Amino acid sequence: MTTNDVIIKTQELQKYFGDVHALDGVDTEIKKGEVVVVIGPSGSGKSTFLRCLNLLEQPTGGKVFFEGVDITNPKNDINLHRQKMGMVFQHFNLFHHKNVLDNMTLAPIKLLKMSKEDAEKRAMILLERVGLAEKADSYPSKLSGGQKQRIAIVRALCMDPDVMLFDEPTSALDPETVGEVLDVMKDLAKGGMTMVVVTHEMGFAREVGTRVIFMDEGKFIEEAPPKEFFSNPEHARLRDFLSKVI
Amino acid sequence: MAEWWADIVGRFIHNFIAEDRWRYMLDGLGVTLLVTVCAVVLGTAIGFVVSIIRSTHDKTGRMKIANAICKVYLTVIRGTPIMLQLLIIYFVIFGAVTIDKRIVAIIAFGVNSGAYVAEIFRAGIMSVDKGQFEAGRSLGFNYTQTMTNIIMPQAFKNSVPPLANELIVLLKETAIVGYIALQDLTKGADIIRGRTFDPFMPLIAAAIIYLIIVMIMSKGVSILERRLRRSDH
Repeated sequence: MTTNDVIIKTQELQKYFGDVHALDGVDTEIKKGEVVVVIGPSGSGKSTFLRCLNLLEQPTGGKVFFEGVDITNPKNDINLHRQKMGMVFQHFNLFHHKNVLDNMTLAPIKLLKMSKEDAEKRAMILLERVGLAEKADSYPSKLSGGQKQRIAIVRALCMDPDVMLFDEPTSALDPETVGEVLDVMKDLAKGGMTMVVVTHEMGFAREVGTRVIFMDEGKFIEEAPPKEFFSNPEHARLRDFLSKVI
Repeated sequence: MAEWWADIVGRFIHNFIAEDRWRYMLDGLGVTLLVTVCAVVLGTAIGFVVSIIRSTHDKTGRMKIANAICKVYLTVIRGTPIMLQLLIIYFVIFGAVTIDKRIVAIIAFGVNSGAYVAEIFRAGIMSVDKGQFEAGRSLGFNYTQTMTNIIMPQAFKNSVPPLANELIVLLKETAIVGYIALQDLTKGADIIRGRTFDPFMPLIAAAIIYLIIVMIMSKGVSILERRLRRSDH
C-alpha cells in the first residue's frame, strides 16, 4: 500500500430526515493516514456525514466505498466492514453492565474469535498506553467523562480498525478533561491512524488535521489543509463561522 | 380474659385441628404456590418472546405479522377480566377433555401474566439508551448479537423490580381458581368455613398467610433493587 490509498470514498451522498435535507450530494475521498477534521455549525450535517460512513445512518442516496467495497450495497456484509471502522461517540456509549476490560474484549472475543487471554493482553497494552491500566476492573459508572472517552477510544482500537471515526468526542466533556482525550487522539494521529473527526476543537484541527472540511447545509463548502483553511478562508460563510468560534 | 382466650383456642382447635382441617389450608397453600410459580415461569417465557418480537419490529420494521399477532394477544388479554379468561380456558377451550385443573390454572395465569411481562420487558428494552445499540453495531455486532450481548442484559436488569411485582400480583390473583373448583388456599379456607360455620378463623388465617408471603416477597424485591442500584451508575 502506498500512502495514497483511498480508504473511504463517498459518491453523491444524500440523506433526508423527513423533509430535512441533511446531506446534499457529498463526494469525497479519504486516504490512508489522513486526519480529516469536519467542522461546521450545528445542523450542518457533519455528524450525519460521519454516521453515514459506517452506515449507522442509512444514506437516502449515493454510495459509500470502504477499502474499495460498496458498503451501501446490501449484498455486502456491513457488519464485517464495521469491524474495521472504529467509532467514538459524543456520549461515550460504554457498556454499562460490563467493566472496562470486558467492554474492550467483548467484540474481539465474539467477533474476531480471539482467545480471552490474548484479548485481555491486548486490551491491557492499550489501557497502559492511555494511562488507565488501573481502571481495568472498574465499571463505567465509576469513571470521569474524560476517562470514559479514552476507554471508548481504546475499545474501538481493540478491533484493530483501519479508520477511526470520531463524532464530537469532546463535546460532552468537562473543559478540564478535554485535553486528555485530545492527547490520545493526537498520539493516534501521530501513529499514522486514518481518522475522520467531527469536532468543535479548532486547535486540534489546526495542529493535527491534514485536511479540514467546513460543512454547511449538508454540503462541503470548503476544504483545505489547516494552514490555508484558517489563514485564508475563501468563502464568506466560513469566514463568518471562524470569526464566531475563534 | 381467660374466658376470651379459651374461646379463641377452642375455635382454633375446632377450625384447624379437628378432623385435620389444617390440611385444607396446607394443601391449598401448596396449590397456590405451585400455580403461581409455574404461571410465572410460563408467563416470563411468553413475555420474553413477545417482547423480542415487538421491540425488533419497533427497531427494524421486520416481523410484521408476528408483531400483529402479539398486539392482538396483548389487547385481548389485557382488555378482559382474568376471571373470564380462566373460565373460558376451562369450560370452552378444555371443555370437552378431562384435564388436571392445576394445569388449566397454570395456563390461564401464565398466558395472562405473559401479556404484562411482555410489556415490562419491552419497557426494559426501550429504556436502554440508543447509544448502547449504536456502539454495539459500530463494533461490528449484528442485530441479534447486539441484542443478546449488550441490550438484553441491561434490559433484564431494568425489568427485575417490576417483574418481582408482577409475581406478587399473580400470587394474589390466583385466589379466583376456586371458580373452577381448584382447591387453593382461598378455596381451602372457604371449605373450612362451610364445615364449621365460623368464617372468622379460616378466612383471617388465609389472609394472614397471603400477607406474610407478600411481605417476604416485597422484602426480597427491595433487597434486590438495592443490589441492582449498587452496581448501577
